[in-house]
Amino acid sequence: MADTFKFELVSPERLLVSAEAVAVVLPGSEGEMTVMAKHAPLMSTLRPGVITVELADGQKQSFIVFGGFADILPDGCTVLAEAGYDRAAFDGAELARRIEAARAEREQASGDDQAFKLDEYLSQLTTLQGTVPPA
Amino acid sequence: MPSLKDLRNRIASVKATQKITKAMQMVAAAKLRRAQEAAEAARPYSQRMGAVLANIANAVGDGEDSPRLMTGTGKSDVHLLVVCTAERGLCGGFNSQIVRLAREHIRRLVSEGKQVKILCVGKKGYDILRRDHREKIIDRVDLRDVKAVGFVDADKIARQVIALFDQGEFDVCTLFYSEFRSVISQIPTAQQLIPASAPSGDTAATDAMNARLGGAIYEYEPDAGEILTDLIPRNIAVQIFRALLENAASEQGARMSAMDNATRNAGEMIEKLTLSYNRQRQAQITKELIEIISGAEAL
Repeated sequence: MADTFKFELVSPERLLVSAEAVAVVLPGSEGEMTVMAKHAPLMSTLRPGVITVELADGQKQSFIVFGGFADILPDGCTVLAEAGYDRAAFDGAELARRIEAARAEREQASGDDQAFKLDEYLSQLTTLQGTVPPA
Repeated sequence: MPSLKDLRNRIASVKATQKITKAMQMVAAAKLRRAQEAAEAARPYSQRMGAVLANIANAVGDGEDSPRLMTGTGKSDVHLLVVCTAERGLCGGFNSQIVRLAREHIRRLVSEGKQVKILCVGKKGYDILRRDHREKIIDRVDLRDVKAVGFVDADKIARQVIALFDQGEFDVCTLFYSEFRSVISQIPTAQQLIPASAPSGDTAATDAMNARLGGAIYEYEPDAGEILTDLIPRNIAVQIFRALLENAASEQGARMSAMDNATRNAGEMIEKLTLSYNRQRQAQITKELIEIISGAEAL
């Protein structure tokens, strides 16, 4: 039995998960990563993507997040998600709405910096749309 | 002296009012419960956000490269006041209390020769403030169509505030809202948003953190400065979100107690009116009896 650690997923509106986990796959902004117990302390921003949690009892849960932060300590991992949804209950409509909103913002973007950021965000969202089958 | 018919009408109308206030009180009580739940559910996020922010602010320090949202512009000439109030009235002193606090603030700033700009969130605050500070109001945010305040709404306001800051429209931003203590006590509060007062490096917390780290060094991905620039706007959104939730709970609490009072007052009024109605009816009966008796005696 592998070591477990405390995993928490919080969105501004509520606490989504607070449980002992064996491994968590996070969509870090610099690449996917798997967090296990005794991970070196790390703080990373997240891009929109899927978080997969393997709980201590062997169950697996998936969540969709739209950006956020992960605060990783040897004995715990806290994810502050901008918005989080249970994968099972997630439908493509929400994602499509976000892509639409981001596109509209891109149209009006002023300055290269902002435009570049939005382009990146858009491509991340469309990639996510590719992996999440629309309902 | 009003006639019997007048009194009857009066009683009927007060009874109708009482029914309305009673219903409003019960609705407010139900909404209050929901608002409180929402506020409680949002608490873990803002707590953890505070912890993360303190940690990272420690790592970055007060270097010159810390983001402007945190250090400010170095001036305090132009102040932006974000005044959060309710969309509806009939909630006791709730709106006027927040506005009064904001007004005092405005008066003080103006007397110090500062320029003041106001962003109104909620209709009621706008209605009151535009009477004597119309030229200072730069915009208003309408939340009338919003049933339950979501993070998206707060995020929108935060973006607007940050955009204004980036355009150099103001130097200091203060948020006004009402903090929920209990049903009978809501405290109007002013909180500085920009420059973000960095959570003070609590030594006990830092020690505990270091113990958890076990001597290891935090890694940041991407680097700490970049995370901080990303984190602070988000923290502002979280603060506004918290303020909106507190406000929602306070509003319902204030309305509940205001409507409770109104219901009780209506009850007292009905009692008084019923008493005078009965007295007058009795007086009339007595008068009629006297007339009959004296008529019979005259025969």
